[in-house]
Amino acid sequence: MSSISLSAIAPELVLVACGLIVLMIQAVVGRKYPDSFAYVSLLGVAAALVLVWKQPGPFEARIIEYFFMDMWVVDNFSRFFKIIFLLGTGLTVLISIKYLHNEAMQHSEYYALMLMCTVGMMVMASASELITIFLGVELMSISLYALTGYTRTRMLANEAAIKYFILGSFASAFLIYGIALIYGTTGTSQIPAIAEFLAKAGSGASVLVMGMALILIGFAFKTAAVPFHMWAPDVYEGAPAPVTGFMSAGPKAAAFAAFVRIFMEALPGLQTDWVMVIWILAALTMTVGNVIALVQENIKRMLAYSSIAHAGYVLVAFLAAGELGLTSILYYMLVYTFMNLGAFAVITMLAGAGESRVRVDDYRGVGYKHPVAALAMSLFLFSLAGIPPTGGFLGKFYIFSAAVKQGFIWLAIIGVLNSVVSVYYYLRVTVAMYMQPAAQPEDVPAATALSPALIIAVCISAYGVLTLGLFPSSYVAIVKASFLSFL
Amino acid sequence: MNAANYPILSVTTFLPLLGVALVCLIPSRHQRAIQWAAFLVTVATFLVSLQLYFQFDTTTWQMQFVEDAPWIPQFAIRYQMGIDGISLLLVLLTTFLSAVAVLSTWSAVTERVKAYMASLLLLETGMIGVFCALDFILFYVFWEVMLIPMYFIIGIWGGPRRIYAAVKFFIYTMSGSVLMLVAILVLYFMHHEATGTFSFHILDYHKLGLPAHLQMWLFLAFAIAFAIKVPMFPFHTWLPDAHVEAPTAGSVILAGILLKMGTYGFLRFCLPMFPQATLFFVPLILVLALIGIIYGALVSLAQDDVKKLVAYSSVSHLGYCMLGMFALNVDGIKGSLIQMINHGLSTGALFLIVGILYERRHTRMISEYGGLMKVMPMFAFIFLLVAFSSMGVPGTNGFVGELLILIGAFQASLKFGLIATVGLILGAVYLIWTVKRVTYGPITKEENRTLKDMTAREYAYMLPVMLFIFWIGLYPKPFLRTMDASVSHLLESVQAQRTAQTVPQGPVWFQHLFAKVDRQLLTKGQGR
Repeated sequence: MSSISLSAIAPELVLVACGLIVLMIQAVVGRKYPDSFAYVSLLGVAAALVLVWKQPGPFEARIIEYFFMDMWVVDNFSRFFKIIFLLGTGLTVLISIKYLHNEAMQHSEYYALMLMCTVGMMVMASASELITIFLGVELMSISLYALTGYTRTRMLANEAAIKYFILGSFASAFLIYGIALIYGTTGTSQIPAIAEFLAKAGSGASVLVMGMALILIGFAFKTAAVPFHMWAPDVYEGAPAPVTGFMSAGPKAAAFAAFVRIFMEALPGLQTDWVMVIWILAALTMTVGNVIALVQENIKRMLAYSSIAHAGYVLVAFLAAGELGLTSILYYMLVYTFMNLGAFAVITMLAGAGESRVRVDDYRGVGYKHPVAALAMSLFLFSLAGIPPTGGFLGKFYIFSAAVKQGFIWLAIIGVLNSVVSVYYYLRVTVAMYMQPAAQPEDVPAATALSPALIIAVCISAYGVLTLGLFPSSYVAIVKASFLSFL
Repeated sequence: MNAANYPILSVTTFLPLLGVALVCLIPSRHQRAIQWAAFLVTVATFLVSLQLYFQFDTTTWQMQFVEDAPWIPQFAIRYQMGIDGISLLLVLLTTFLSAVAVLSTWSAVTERVKAYMASLLLLETGMIGVFCALDFILFYVFWEVMLIPMYFIIGIWGGPRRIYAAVKFFIYTMSGSVLMLVAILVLYFMHHEATGTFSFHILDYHKLGLPAHLQMWLFLAFAIAFAIKVPMFPFHTWLPDAHVEAPTAGSVILAGILLKMGTYGFLRFCLPMFPQATLFFVPLILVLALIGIIYGALVSLAQDDVKKLVAYSSVSHLGYCMLGMFALNVDGIKGSLIQMINHGLSTGALFLIVGILYERRHTRMISEYGGLMKVMPMFAFIFLLVAFSSMGVPGTNGFVGELLILIGAFQASLKFGLIATVGLILGAVYLIWTVKRVTYGPITKEENRTLKDMTAREYAYMLPVMLFIFWIGLYPKPFLRTMDASVSHLLESVQAQRTAQTVPQGPVWFQHLFAKVDRQLLTKGQGR
């Protein structure tokens, strides 16, 4: 147990360095080669991916190594989440290049912020100590606040950023208060030590339960679970489209990573206290998200509510716990990254400058004007709806099988019925794309953002969605190995 | 047990998918080439599937042509295909009707032909897969995959209310099947509890012997999914919408094959897996089937639109299939199975006829026609024959099926048999009346005087259908023989369950509701 081991945080260091380099390029070279920011970021992400994959051993084995006085853990669970984050970041960078060109905002800060945000998420996944988790949360959130308002000339973006900042700070406050209460009762902020304390104490003191509840609220905010979801639609609508996609995949997964880490590793002793609460939270989140998404006219808002609903499905898996439950969270977040970022890539493609075409009605006739983009969009939407043979189906299958196994049959039924509800609004987009004529020919949005990078992003996402649905066994094997961290 | 020396079921299933790739490679402007490619692929698929029939061993109820490979080993999900006497004819029907359907929309669909043909081919893969899959998840994947192309076929190439119909079709059928998914998962874990191994193999679940109360719930979850697909009486409302709006080929496939997936589901899953629940729900299902028969016929009687009429007649005909199946005796089930095939052929043919009319006049109102006998004699003749087949006139396929079903129904319950016979009469009434209004009498509309009789292409798809109609009608033995062993085996397993355990009586209101149905009588039919 070495006290300082740079190799344990090598991927994070690479990303930080990369972010600084991107900033430097702008300072030294100026804005002559704006695309270089993106390419350097991509390189950094790729390097970090390789490092995560190699560190510190094969994925099949059970690896748990603690570093930095037990504040940092490298295990398959954190590594898998980091892969999800890096994939999300990589895809987002690919999507952003053309978008930022269109908006005339190709700055290095954007990429630097995104890389820092990713570092924050990786810290959340790897921290085995509450304060470190909190540091990760803040690094991630503050970068996100800035990214949300990045298109600073748009009023919507400004409003979204402020809303996100204020509500996000509230969430952080809840979180830190909860951490403080837990520290106060157990005398430690180390996750394994808390678990030990709880195991000895038998059951929790009321202050401890209070702390747990506050942490729960904090994470419910971060994952946009109902009733703490109010910020999400506005923020998703206001943020630049690539950032919206990024936000709904990476940071949400990060919040779940830390959430799982704290609840499954530190607080399993309090399970009886949180089961009912999370049951209700999951049922509400699925239902409210899906039902409100039905009436959205703006496709970004619609996907925001749908993303709330998806958080509900993940909460079902969270509740089911056990091997099936936890591994299904990982699998689902991986699929979700592909399908949601894929959908946002297509949205970015079709949105046009200033995001002028983001209403569902704007998609009329797109199926014939841009057949490939529309086909890809349909694939992502069917996957989000959980229809085979896409990864979305297998993800849901995984989650609901976990729920059924643990006896949460009613929750599984609520979940599957919700996915039927969700079909309606996903279908609305395909209806618009294929079955409704464009009112006037020029109403069909021009694919202003057709760039190689964007096309690559869509292809990678489509490939991911299909392989995860059709040939998932090797991914399932990796996901299962990640559960070894909890044994 | 694979009589062919190559994975014939997979080839049959995925050949159309290859066709999709082929069609996509042809540039959109070569419309004819696309149509021919699609047609040839479906014909090739049909020819491959014929081999199934010739190499089928009719003496065993075991699954044949079995293929087995791991797919997602972590969940014990396997790629398992196989057919028995229950699925064989349905597979053949699928490959046959798909070829017919592709040929039938040669001139009806001229826009976005490529996407249309690709959808039809994808649909075919899904449908064949459903009848061949032996792994539950594989089955479910095929079952759901089919929704997507059908949704697009209705929604893009359909009539004026196509969007409403397509979305309704999609959501209605999906809401049924997701409940089935939960039930499948429950079975999966029950199986693990009972045997210690994980398996999604359908036949493994046949031997589970679940406790009665659990059977009830699982039966309901499955039955709702299948009842929506069939569609049984209160779940039928999506069907007229979908049928009326769909283009001809869509209607043919919808009526011919998709609906059979519901009845097939009952036979393959509900009966053998939940025998006690089946016996418990027999009265309810029989009553719903009878309501479907009478109601479907009466509503058909009232239609002005030929296509709607045919659509509602499906509700009635599928009622017969359900009636025969839940009579739970050899005659009933065989009749039900053969009637599934018959309905595919006869109703498919009726939709083709409606399509032929619509292509000429672009209206489906019965009042717009009349006296077509004078201008289109061959068409009128074929229409009459198809109507005969649909109402079950001796010599046609419908007779064989309906006779067997009625024999089965009478064995089960005299009253039910009698009511079903009334439906038969109503069926004759609305069909003959329609034929009369369309083809007999004087020509009332000037536009009809110039109509052309059947074209060569129309003969090309109508005649094979007619051939099967009369073949089954005059010499049904080869068709009935294929299902003998499987049906008796199926019934044995239900009977065994019944003698081994008692059928639960259910809540008081249920007993009260069906007090009139003599349970003993119903379950006495032990075959001939």
